[in-house]
Amino acid sequence: MLDVQRATVRFGPIVAVNHLDLAVASGEVVAVMGPSGSGKSTLLRAIAGLEPLDDGSISFDGEVIDEIPAHRREFGLMFQDYALFPHRDVRGNIAFGLEMHGLDRSAVNRRVEHMLDLVGLAGLGPRAIATLSGGQQQRVALARTLAPQPRLLLLDEPLGSLDRALIDQLLDDMRAIFDQLATPVVYVTHDRDEAFAIADRVAVMQSGSIIRSATPEQLWDDPGSAFVARLIGLDNIIPAATVATWPGFSVDDEGGSVLLRPDRLTLSIDGRGCPVTIVNDRFSAGGHRVLAVTRDGTQVAVGTMQRWSAGDTAFLAARRDAVAHLRD
Amino acid sequence: MSRRRLTPGATAALLGLPVAFISYFFVYPLTAIFWRGLTATGTLSFDPFLDVLTSPSLRGVAWFTVWQALVSTLLTLAVGMPTAYVFARFRFRGRALLRGLSIVPFVLPTLVVGTAFLTLIGPNGALGIDLRGTVWAILIAHVFYNYAIVVRGVGSFWEQIDPRLEEAARVLGASPWRTFTRVTFPLLRPAVLASASLIFLLSFTSFGVVLILGDLAHTTLEVEIWRQTTAFLRLDVAAALAVLQLVGVGVLLVVYGRTSARRSRELPLQAGDTARPPRTRGQRLFVWTTVTFMMLFLGIPIAVLVVRSLRPAGGFGIDNYVGLFTATDSAFFVTAPEAMTNSLLFAFAALVIAVVIGVLAAVSSAYSSSRIAAMIDSGLMLPLGASAVTIGFGFLVALDEPIDLRTSIMLIPIAHALVAIPFVIRTSLPVMRSVQQRLRDAAAVLGAGPLRVWREVDLPIVARAIGVGAAFAFAISLGEFGATAFIVRPGNATMPVAIFRLLSLPGATNFGRAMALSVILMVLTGASVMFIDRLRRGTGGDI
Repeated sequence: MLDVQRATVRFGPIVAVNHLDLAVASGEVVAVMGPSGSGKSTLLRAIAGLEPLDDGSISFDGEVIDEIPAHRREFGLMFQDYALFPHRDVRGNIAFGLEMHGLDRSAVNRRVEHMLDLVGLAGLGPRAIATLSGGQQQRVALARTLAPQPRLLLLDEPLGSLDRALIDQLLDDMRAIFDQLATPVVYVTHDRDEAFAIADRVAVMQSGSIIRSATPEQLWDDPGSAFVARLIGLDNIIPAATVATWPGFSVDDEGGSVLLRPDRLTLSIDGRGCPVTIVNDRFSAGGHRVLAVTRDGTQVAVGTMQRWSAGDTAFLAARRDAVAHLRD
Repeated sequence: MSRRRLTPGATAALLGLPVAFISYFFVYPLTAIFWRGLTATGTLSFDPFLDVLTSPSLRGVAWFTVWQALVSTLLTLAVGMPTAYVFARFRFRGRALLRGLSIVPFVLPTLVVGTAFLTLIGPNGALGIDLRGTVWAILIAHVFYNYAIVVRGVGSFWEQIDPRLEEAARVLGASPWRTFTRVTFPLLRPAVLASASLIFLLSFTSFGVVLILGDLAHTTLEVEIWRQTTAFLRLDVAAALAVLQLVGVGVLLVVYGRTSARRSRELPLQAGDTARPPRTRGQRLFVWTTVTFMMLFLGIPIAVLVVRSLRPAGGFGIDNYVGLFTATDSAFFVTAPEAMTNSLLFAFAALVIAVVIGVLAAVSSAYSSSRIAAMIDSGLMLPLGASAVTIGFGFLVALDEPIDLRTSIMLIPIAHALVAIPFVIRTSLPVMRSVQQRLRDAAAVLGAGPLRVWREVDLPIVARAIGVGAAFAFAISLGEFGATAFIVRPGNATMPVAIFRLLSLPGATNFGRAMALSVILMVLTGASVMFIDRLRRGTGGDI
């Protein structure tokens, strides 16, 4: 298993990774999530051996690997935008790591054919990289990374530049491949849906440190902090002191903020709850997303099945578990 | 949206002057050299060529020319590649400034480079070893001279190679060396080949450096052509040697053209500015060592030249400079101030000729159909392939009829302009081609006629590029020595000619004055190159 302890990477005055701890068990898929600039890619590069640590230590299977150069770690790293070799064809890219490990020609060929089958690119071996679509390049990059059977798999935004439909399909394919691997997998992304779909556990990164580590379900049910809530797309965040004054909302003013889950709020004209004015109504798959404003000027997003018109007045109420307290 | 083309008649009119100029001053003299070589014995025969090819000493010269060029190229690559890597991949204080300064040796007149190395590794050299007349002096000076081609040519290409390709190789199990041989070098190859062919070409036709540092113990074809003509008066042998060299250069140019064509075709992934500050101690040490080496290697010869010029017999002062301006002894055929005046006048005349011919050619190429443009391009780039010595020799052989121009004072600026025209075309043509047609369309719709469109739209954009070409022509003319050495007359010696005469005279005073004059020439050339750099900012282009 992978064990990162108090890892620190500095670029001059900038601390990209700051005393970071992370452990990943064999067979476990951990998604590292964070906004851009939070140090996710630098963490992966440090684990791969491309970025020396300024402090702390990384060990694998009980052995400290800080002094082992990148080419002897036997880890696999899949780069953002793939970094495929433009001077080699598909086969040449997948074969590269195998050649570096000294496999003979027939063993390389067998393994390349197997990898092409695995990622669904059988027959595309002689194709030039420049002629491939984005999704095909992603599959070649995955095959190149997996071909030498790395002890650890690191993926940096592997689906970053692809369109939505393709991402869903590739996520299923990758999940199926990871399930067969007994290696730890670290999957860096800024996309909530990707992280939730692929990971056993999500580690949230902020300013070079991991501030939360939990299963996708735990994270969704209890984001814990405004930062995490916003990161996973929950942005109805309102000061607790404000919500405490709204009729029908029994919130203790403990200071800090509360998260209001749009799908657990209701709008009605029955006079119970907090009076609001509708600002706009947007239909999206599965219902309406209504933006309403309270008398004290707070904007709240509500998910309903009903259409509302701008300027209507209504009453906002909370169902069970609609309100969660957040630390800041 | 189609580009507006010139009519064939208009193209012909614009091209008339450039074609006439190149034909009369380049093609005709070259043909004359060929003819002289073939008919030297009075009848048509290949004897002079056979003589050259069977003479052990001349075969030795040919062989030396090839192998010293090859070794110079390999040495320059070996020394320059680590520097190119450091400038491409690492960010450090003074990087832009140092990269800018690295071009200085390349633009120095060859005579100045030769003189600088004489002060360093010549008789009584600052390093205490005398390498004059050895091949080492020539090789070191060639590396010094061509360093910038690798640092800037290969380095700017290296910068565009995504460093993650190398990192991907590392993670996949490739050691640093295998990463270089299997990933970096294959991607870099077109740039390395292009730089290598250019260095080989320049070393192959090197004249001033070999003449001064080889001390005639080692001569290249270029020096031998000059010596056979001026010392032995064997024009037939010189003609055969010139033809031999032309063939060699022709082969090289084809190779260079092929590699640079491939270079522009197959650009690897571009990654913006990929340079980063060095992070590990090893990286910092490597950057520091490489940069320090470059500063010493490129800086010391120039510094020693300047210091020596300020040290007349035993003391420290500006006596050498004063002497240049006050000496009346007839050792000179002209006085130093006269040589400076000649150089500046010739440079200005060469600038005017090169700009007029070059811009006419560039305009007719930029606004013609691609087929005609390709013909113009290759035709007018021709002089780039001929050595300066061959041009000078050709003038001497050919220009006595129909009009005897050999005594004309215009011959020197015309020879300089021939060398400079390809540079004027190269700097202005890409900019002319890049002017957007919709700007011209907008001007036309607003009521401007074709000439007015050119003046209002094209000219302001292209003017800077023409300025760069003009300054190049000026700098080239100031430092030109190979062609001038043939056609110079006692009364119109230029600064490089005066430096060469001072160097061949005995006495410490003359040596000191040669260095003082070299420093002045270096400063003049440096000023015009700085002017080029200021104009060039914003127009792009490498080297």
